Amino acid sequence: MHETRAFRTFRAAVVAVLATVTALPLYVMVTSALKPLSDVRGAFSWWPSSLTFQPFVDMWTTVPLARYFVNSLVVASAATAASLVIAVFASYAVSRYRFRGRSAFTTTVLSTQMFPGVLFLLPLFIIFVNIEQGTGFQFIGTRIGLVITYLTFSLPFSIWMLSGYLDNIPQELDEAARVDGCSPVGALLRVVLPAARPGVIAVAIYAFMTAWGEVLFASVMTTEANRTLAVGIRQYSTQTNVYWNEIMAASLVVSIPVVIGFLLLQRHFVAGLTAGAVK
Amino acid sequence: MATTTPAAPPVPAPARAPRTAPARRTRRSGWWLPYALLAPAVLLELLIHLVPMLTGIWMSFTQLTRFTLRDWTSAPWVGLRNYQVALDVDGAVGRALLESFAVTCAYTLLVVGTAWVLGMAAAVALQRPFRGRSLFRTLFLVPYALPVYAGIVTWNFMLQRDTGVINHLLVENLGVLDDRPFWLIGGNAFASVVVVATWRLWPFAFLMLTAGLQSVPDDVYEAAAMDGAHAFRSWWSITLPMLRPVNLVLVLVMFLWVFNDFTTPYVLFGTAQPPAGDLISFHIYNASFLTWNFGAGAAMSVLLLLFLLLVTGVYLITLNRRSRRA
Repeated sequence: MHETRAFRTFRAAVVAVLATVTALPLYVMVTSALKPLSDVRGAFSWWPSSLTFQPFVDMWTTVPLARYFVNSLVVASAATAASLVIAVFASYAVSRYRFRGRSAFTTTVLSTQMFPGVLFLLPLFIIFVNIEQGTGFQFIGTRIGLVITYLTFSLPFSIWMLSGYLDNIPQELDEAARVDGCSPVGALLRVVLPAARPGVIAVAIYAFMTAWGEVLFASVMTTEANRTLAVGIRQYSTQTNVYWNEIMAASLVVSIPVVIGFLLLQRHFVAGLTAGAVK
Repeated sequence: MATTTPAAPPVPAPARAPRTAPARRTRRSGWWLPYALLAPAVLLELLIHLVPMLTGIWMSFTQLTRFTLRDWTSAPWVGLRNYQVALDVDGAVGRALLESFAVTCAYTLLVVGTAWVLGMAAAVALQRPFRGRSLFRTLFLVPYALPVYAGIVTWNFMLQRDTGVINHLLVENLGVLDDRPFWLIGGNAFASVVVVATWRLWPFAFLMLTAGLQSVPDDVYEAAAMDGAHAFRSWWSITLPMLRPVNLVLVLVMFLWVFNDFTTPYVLFGTAQPPAGDLISFHIYNASFLTWNFGAGAAMSVLLLLFLLLVTGVYLITLNRRSRRA
C-alpha cells in the first residue's frame, strides 16, 4: 500500500513518544545501578559521577537476595509445572469430550478469573492458619503454601487458554493416533501435545511471569524463610538509608532472565493468547 | 497485566466462536475418562477457589478479628452488620470505602482508556514494515515483560521529590516548574499511579491489537485506498470493525485487571498510601491486615466481587444483544 506523508508523520510521532516513555525508566534503572551511593542520594544526574559495579556486588549482602532469588525460582517453576500438568489433562477433556457437567466446569473456571485476589487472600490465610493448628502442617512461611496460592490465578487461565488452543487442533489428528493403537492419554501426550506446543509455551510463560512478579499473596504468606524477590526487594529501604543503586541493580538482575525469556518466546505467547482469547 | 497483577483474564462467553471441530461423544473410551482427566483440576479448584470463597462469604457475616482468628469458627455472628458499616456513607468506614471506590473508578477509566489508545496507535504505526520496526516492537514489549515490582520500584525512584529524574527533568532540564512537587504524597499521587499503571499496561494492548491486525487482509485496505479513503477513514471503517472481537476481550480483561490492581499502589506508595492513590484492593487489604478486622475486609471483598460481576454481566449482555442485532 502506498504510504502517505501523513501516515509517516503519524508513525514517527507515535514511535518517538512511546520509545522515549518506554526507555526512560530502563535508562534510569541501568545507569543508577552503576552509580555510587552518594550519587543516588543527591540530586539526579543523567550520568554516574564515577562508573562503578559495586552495587552489583553489595546487593547480595545488604539483603539476602540469593535466597529470595532461589525462593522465587522454586515457587514460580513449581507453580508453572503444576498448573501445566493439571491444565493439559483438564483442557483436553473440555476440548475433546462432551460430558455431563462440562459447562458447569468451564463456567466455574472462567468466572473465578474475574474474582479479585484480595477475596481469596483472607480466607486462604485463615484456612492455612487453621490447618497448621489442626495438623501441624505449615503453609504460611513455606514454599508449598505459596505454590498452592499461585495456582489460584495460573490454573484457570491455563485451562482456559489451553482448551481454546486445543480447539484449533484438528480432531483427525488424535483420531488417527487412536486408529494406530494409542490410548486416549497416549494420543494426547504423543500427538496433540506436540502440536499444541505454542499454546503450552504461552501458558507456561504466563504462569511463570505472574508467579515471579506476584506481590499481594507474597506480602502476607511469606516469612523470612520463603520470602520472594517481589517482597524482598523492599528491604533495601532501611530507617537510615535507601540503597537506590542496589535496588536498581537488583531489579535489573531479576528482570533480565524474565525479559529475555519473554522476548524470545513472545511469538508463541501471542499465538497462544490469540488462539485462546480472540477466536 | 500481568502481572501482572493477580487476577487473570476472564473470557466472555459470546466472544468464543463456534468450535471448529465439534467435540465428539465419548464412544469407545468409557464415560469416566473425561472425569478422570478433570479430577485433579476439580479437586484443586475446590481447594483453592470454592472453599476459600465460601469461607470468605461466611467470614463476612462474622466479627472475625485478631482475637478470634485462632479459633475462627467461634467468631461472633453479626449478620449483615459488616455490610451495613461498609455501605454506610455517613460512617468513617463507609465514607473511606466510597472514596476509594470513586478513586478506583476514575483510575480504571483513565488507565484502560489511555492504554488502549496508546496500544492502538503503536499497533497501527508498526503495522507496515519500516526500518527499525522490530527494534521498536521489542522495546515496546519490555514494560510488560519486566517483573511487576521491578518496573514500579524504578518509577518510585523516578518520582522521588529530591533525587528523582521526573523533577530533575521538569525543573532543571525543561524549566516547566519552579518548585519541586511531591509526586508520591498528596493529590499528585493519583497522577503518578495512573501514569505508572498505564506504562505497564499499554504494551499488553499493543500485543493483542498487533495480533488482531495481522488477521486483516491487505487487499481490503488497497480496495479502500482505490476508493479514495484516507488513512483515518480506513482505520475507522475497516480496522476498527475487524478488531471488534479482539477489543471485546481486551477491554474486559484490562478492566478487571486494573480494577483489582493491588500491586501498583502497594509497591509505589508502601503501606502509607495517600487518599488519592487508595485503590480498592489496596484499601481492603489495609482494612483487613492493618486493623486486623477480617470480617469487615471480607464483606468489602464480597461487595467488590458483586460489583465486578454486575459490570461484567451488563457488558456481556449488552454486547450480546448488539451482535445479535447486527
